Amino acid sequence: MVGMPIEFRAVRKVYPDGTVAVDDFSHHVPSHKTVALVGSSGSGKTTLLRMVNRMVDPSSGSVLIDDEDVRTLDPVVLRRSIGYVLQAGGLLPHRTVLDNIATVPVLSGTPRRAARTAATELLERVGLDPSLGPRYPSQLSGGQQQRVGVARALAADPNILLMDEPFGAVDPIVRRELQDELLRLQAELGKTIVLVTHDIDEAFRVGDEVVVLREGGRVAQAGTPSQILTHPADDFVRDFVGADRPERLLTTVEVDGRRLVVDANGRPAGVLSP
Amino acid sequence: MNLFAEALAWLADPVHWSGPSGIAARLAQHLAITVAVVAVSAAVAIPVGVLVGHTRRGRGVVVAVAGAARAVPTLGLLTILGLMMGIGLQAPLAALVVLAIPSLLAGAYAGVEAVAPDVVDAARASGMSEAQVVRQVELPLAMPVLLGGVRAATLQVVATATLAAYVSDTGLGRYLFAGLKTRDYPQMLAGALLVIALTLVLEAVLASIQRAAARAAAPTHARRAPA
Repeated sequence: MVGMPIEFRAVRKVYPDGTVAVDDFSHHVPSHKTVALVGSSGSGKTTLLRMVNRMVDPSSGSVLIDDEDVRTLDPVVLRRSIGYVLQAGGLLPHRTVLDNIATVPVLSGTPRRAARTAATELLERVGLDPSLGPRYPSQLSGGQQQRVGVARALAADPNILLMDEPFGAVDPIVRRELQDELLRLQAELGKTIVLVTHDIDEAFRVGDEVVVLREGGRVAQAGTPSQILTHPADDFVRDFVGADRPERLLTTVEVDGRRLVVDANGRPAGVLSP
Repeated sequence: MNLFAEALAWLADPVHWSGPSGIAARLAQHLAITVAVVAVSAAVAIPVGVLVGHTRRGRGVVVAVAGAARAVPTLGLLTILGLMMGIGLQAPLAALVVLAIPSLLAGAYAGVEAVAPDVVDAARASGMSEAQVVRQVELPLAMPVLLGGVRAATLQVVATATLAAYVSDTGLGRYLFAGLKTRDYPQMLAGALLVIALTLVLEAVLASIQRAAARAAAPTHARRAPA
C-alpha cells in the first residue's frame, strides 16, 4: 500500500479578525497510523485538520503530503483524494444513502451505476445493512448516519482520512461501537488517519499517537497513549488526561482467587486476565 | 340584471372571444407578457441572488435594492417610462421587470443562505468545486424558497400586467381601460374576472411545482410548500 505521511512545518493561522488559531505547529504524521489531535475548544485542532485538505490555508508555514506542499495542489483534486468525516455526517439530505456515498466517485467520473454498486459494498464494510441504501439520511439513526459518513469518506479509496469530532454527536454506547468499528476498519485498511477530538478517552482508544494541544495549537505533549499516561509532561497534560482521576489510578485486590482491578475509590474496573 | 350577471353574460358571448382583439387573443398576450417579464427578471435576479447567498457577500446591497424597488409605484414608473420610450410594449415590460425583481432576488438569496452550513462545508470538503456546490447542493435545497419568490413575482406581474394596456393595446387590461372610458362596467368587471382566473390558474401550477421541489429537497417529509 502507498504510504502517505503528512508533515506540518511551522504552520500558523491568523484569522482576519486577529484571532491566532494556530501559533507555530510542527508535527509528523507517519503513514498508516492514526494520530489523534486532542484539545479543548480554542486549541486550533480543527484548523490544523482543515489545513491538510486546504479547507484552511496556513498564514505561514506549510503542510506536506508525501513531501509535496499541499499549496501547490488544486484544492478540489486534493480534497477528492482525501476522505473527510465530520460530526453528524454532513450528509446531503436530498440524496439517498447510496448516492451520498457515491458522491466523490461520481464527481471524479465513475459511471453512476458502478459507483452505486461500490457504495453498496461500502455499506456492508462499515457494518450497515445494504437495504438502507435507498433511504434518505433523515431516516437513519445518528450512529447509522455517522457510519454512512465514514463510508462516503472511504468511497474514493483515499490514503488519508481526516476525521473532525466524528463521533461527537452520538450517545456513549454508540460512540464506543463506532470507535471499535474504526479500529477494525483501520486494521484492514491501514490509512493515514488524523482524528480531532476533545475526548481524551477517545484519543487514547483510537490513536496510535496522541497530540495534546494547548490554546493556539501549541503541543503540550505528543506520544503514545501509554507514554502520556505514564509520563505526563506537565500539570496541564496531567490535568487534561485526568492522570489523577480515580478511574486512572488502578490497583488490584484478590477476591476469591481472582485478581480484581479496582480504581482509587475501590470501585471494580475489571478482572485481571490470568 | 345586476352587474355581475351582465359581466358573465359579456363573457359568455362568443363574439367577444374570437378575433385579433378577442378574449382568447388577449389572454394569450397577457400570459405572454407575464412569462416574458418573469423570465427576463429571473435571468437577472436569480443568478445575483444565488451568488449573494453563496458568497454571503453584498447582502446589505441586495436588501436595500430590493426594498427600494418594492417601494416604486409601478403606475408612476410606467408613466415616466412611457413618456421616455413612447407608446408600445417597452415601457410596461420595463416597469414590470422592476416590479418582479425584488421577490425573485429575495427568494433566491434567502433560499441559498438558509441551506445548512455544515452540509455545504461537507460538500466542499469532499471535493466539490464551487459550481458543483451551487448546482448539486445549494440550488436543490434552496429550490422551494426560490420558487416561492418566482410564485410571488408571477402573481404580482400577472395582476399588474393590466397596466400594459395603458400605453399599448395589449393584454386583458384593455377591457379595464376601455370599460372605464365608455362606462361599460360589465366589460370592466369581465376583464377583472379574466385576470383573476388567469392568476388562480398560474398560482395552482406554480404551487404544485413548488411542492414537487419541496419533496425533492426534503424527500422524507411530505410537507406542504410554504404559502
